[in-house]
Amino acid sequence: MNELRVSGLVKAYGPEARVLDGLDLDVPGGALAAVLGPSGCGKTTLLRVIAGFLKADAGTVTVAGRLLGGPGVHLPPERRRIGIVPQEGALFPHLSVARNIAFGLTGLDRAAKRARVAEMLDLVGLPGYGDRMPHELSGGQQQRVALARALAPQPHLVLLDEPFSALDSGLRGAVRAEVRAVLRQSGATGLLVTHDQQEALSTADVVAVLREGRVAQCATPEELYHRPSDPWLASFVGDAVLVPGTAEKGVATTALGRIPLAVVPAGRREGLVLLRPEQLQLAQPGGPDAEGVVTDVRFFGHDALIAVSVDGLERPVDIRTPTPLSVTPGQRVGVRLTGEATLHPGA
Amino acid sequence: MPATAAALLAVLPLGYLAVRALERGPAYAWDVVADERTGELLLNSLGLTAVVVTACLLIGVSLAWLTVRTALPAARAWSVLVTLPLAVPSYVTAYAWLSAAPSLAGFTGSAIALTLVSFPYVYLPVAAALRGTDPGHEEVARSLGKGPFRTFLRVTLPQLRPAAAGGGLLVALYVLSDFGAVSLMRYDTFTRGIYTSYRASFDRTPAAALSAVLVLMTVLLVAAETRTRGRAGYARGGIGTARRAVPAALGRFKPLALTWCGAIVALAVAFPLATLGYWLAVGTSATWDPATLTTTALTTLGLAAAGAALTALLALPVGVIAARHRGRFAQLLEQAAYAGHAVPGITVALALVFLAVRYARPLYQETPLLVCAYAVLFLPVAVAATRAAVLQAPPVLDDVARSLGRTPLGVLREVTLPLAAPGVAAGAALTFVVCMKELPATLLLRPTGMDTLATRLWTETGTGSFAAAAPYAAALILLAAVPSYLLGRHRT
Repeated sequence: MNELRVSGLVKAYGPEARVLDGLDLDVPGGALAAVLGPSGCGKTTLLRVIAGFLKADAGTVTVAGRLLGGPGVHLPPERRRIGIVPQEGALFPHLSVARNIAFGLTGLDRAAKRARVAEMLDLVGLPGYGDRMPHELSGGQQQRVALARALAPQPHLVLLDEPFSALDSGLRGAVRAEVRAVLRQSGATGLLVTHDQQEALSTADVVAVLREGRVAQCATPEELYHRPSDPWLASFVGDAVLVPGTAEKGVATTALGRIPLAVVPAGRREGLVLLRPEQLQLAQPGGPDAEGVVTDVRFFGHDALIAVSVDGLERPVDIRTPTPLSVTPGQRVGVRLTGEATLHPGA
Repeated sequence: MPATAAALLAVLPLGYLAVRALERGPAYAWDVVADERTGELLLNSLGLTAVVVTACLLIGVSLAWLTVRTALPAARAWSVLVTLPLAVPSYVTAYAWLSAAPSLAGFTGSAIALTLVSFPYVYLPVAAALRGTDPGHEEVARSLGKGPFRTFLRVTLPQLRPAAAGGGLLVALYVLSDFGAVSLMRYDTFTRGIYTSYRASFDRTPAAALSAVLVLMTVLLVAAETRTRGRAGYARGGIGTARRAVPAALGRFKPLALTWCGAIVALAVAFPLATLGYWLAVGTSATWDPATLTTTALTTLGLAAAGAALTALLALPVGVIAARHRGRFAQLLEQAAYAGHAVPGITVALALVFLAVRYARPLYQETPLLVCAYAVLFLPVAVAATRAAVLQAPPVLDDVARSLGRTPLGVLREVTLPLAAPGVAAGAALTFVVCMKELPATLLLRPTGMDTLATRLWTETGTGSFAAAAPYAAALILLAAVPSYLLGRHRT
């Protein structure tokens, strides 16, 4: 299968600037993986090293069992069988849609090329668009043609570099879902680079978060969201509520109440208990739950974040609650916990 | 490789100039340079430069402000009209003034002609800068209690300084290297001095030494220009697009502003054309021969086409490397190609004459050498166009083509060049126009008996045969107008 194995990758621009610092990443064949990270974390460098535009200082890149780059080996990009879908598509402006898609089809006769182009156009849902010029297409259509062009020569791996960032938000979700479906159908492994947490979580099968040139955590979106390895990751992939607590026998005790832990530590531990705002629920005051005063309400439409200053906690905690709202600032409320939490060492 | 060859071709003549100047020992060369006559040439050149630059700054900045920032009636039309002088060769303007008032010959005539052809070099960058500056700065100044005049002086003008300085230095380069206007006006500057001394004596050292001094002056000017540009940290703070400023009302100054714009356009555009029309009307077939005009026009077109073709070909590798590669080698290559830009045509021609006489005698006064001179002189024009055209093709397309199985050479052939083709062609058309107007190198290097429109115009004017010169000037303007018009359409 078309699995991607990256191991021990190092790339430095000068002695002080180690952009990739021993990066390891495994993506199973046929999966769509997202590489997520803040700007400057080495996402683009990683992509360019895998594609062969940059030479790594150390480490290896293997796709489908073929060593593409490593000590003494550096296959040029044109021999790697890796397709790329850049930002905004980057269609060749002087070629028609059909000729863009046929660009990578070498060694086929005319009829076979035409058939493959038609097949690709069907796959991305643009049959009959072959004679259009790129500037006659909308942004989303251009992006789909770019994907068809990358997939036409049947690459082992497709690299997608923030391909949705130029689309307006209404279109983004639809194109995202479509790209995911087309990639899955083609059987190629996908690597999607993005700085958008929502996009990574909602599109990819696995998400690798990059931090300072290494993979901080690589997991399924659900695992990453609910069991992040450290508080930085927790805050990076979503809103986080961190409260001090004590763990014993798989249950954490905090000022907000008791909650079971997803990962059970041995013995008795103190640390920060991580929760998501949607795991906190508003309750009637005067019951068995923790209590506090509403200090702020941020309304988003589909839901809202309520900041509650809970007795015994230094800072207010955020509670995500469905709308319409039933509370106003100054009101006293109860706070109840659901689901599982994680415990992290630290003050 | 081909890029290196192109760069060498551009630098070689200048190196040889120095060799030739020092051939009879540095002492002899120094005697020539230290001569009283050199001092006179230096004073003449610098004086003319100073006056023309001052006049151009005054005209260019005032017109830019009037057309961009005030409620001048028909501002758009004015902004097109005041750039037209760029299309008129300096010797045509000189011809027009000289034929109308022969007494202007000398400093006054040279200063008038050069000012009227070169003020757009100040107007264009300053107008662009005025369009680009954020009116927010001016509004803040007004809100802090400064009146409109003091705001212009203390806020707007300082922001225009880099643009005006850059334009002024371009004018200075133009004046220093101009041969056509000063030679027709019989005003002894460096370029005319070099030409006379080359024609007058078999001793080539004086011409070479004077050329070396002239090259040194232009190099110093270019260095000064780069310095002012390097320090210009004038940017708009913050993000977002600049708003267009609200045009200032002219009020009771409106007639004055219109008179000023009208006078400049009349002197720089209408007057040369009217003079030309007058001489065409008074001339008869007795004063000029239609057959000769046709031959000369065809020769000019042929030479310019050959020059443009060679230049575009040489510029291609340099332009691609300059656009796509960073690093010391690429930078050096580009700078070498630009050398010809700063160097007066007469010195390049002289250097090629020396080279040919010594090492390629059969080429001396033959067409190929003249075409080579065009290439050296106008390589910068074509390189700039090629580089800009290649930059238009985003590098990400190269990456995509590589990932789809193309080698670097295949990428160049199938993606970069097809995308750059229109820009490269525009560069060639521009080169064609400037080749057609070239005078000093053509005068020195043309085969015996061959004439271009420019040389013919120069010879006839030199002997005071204004009616005989008129058809050549008209043909030159008309032929140069066609590609210029096409270029203008290409841009929009």
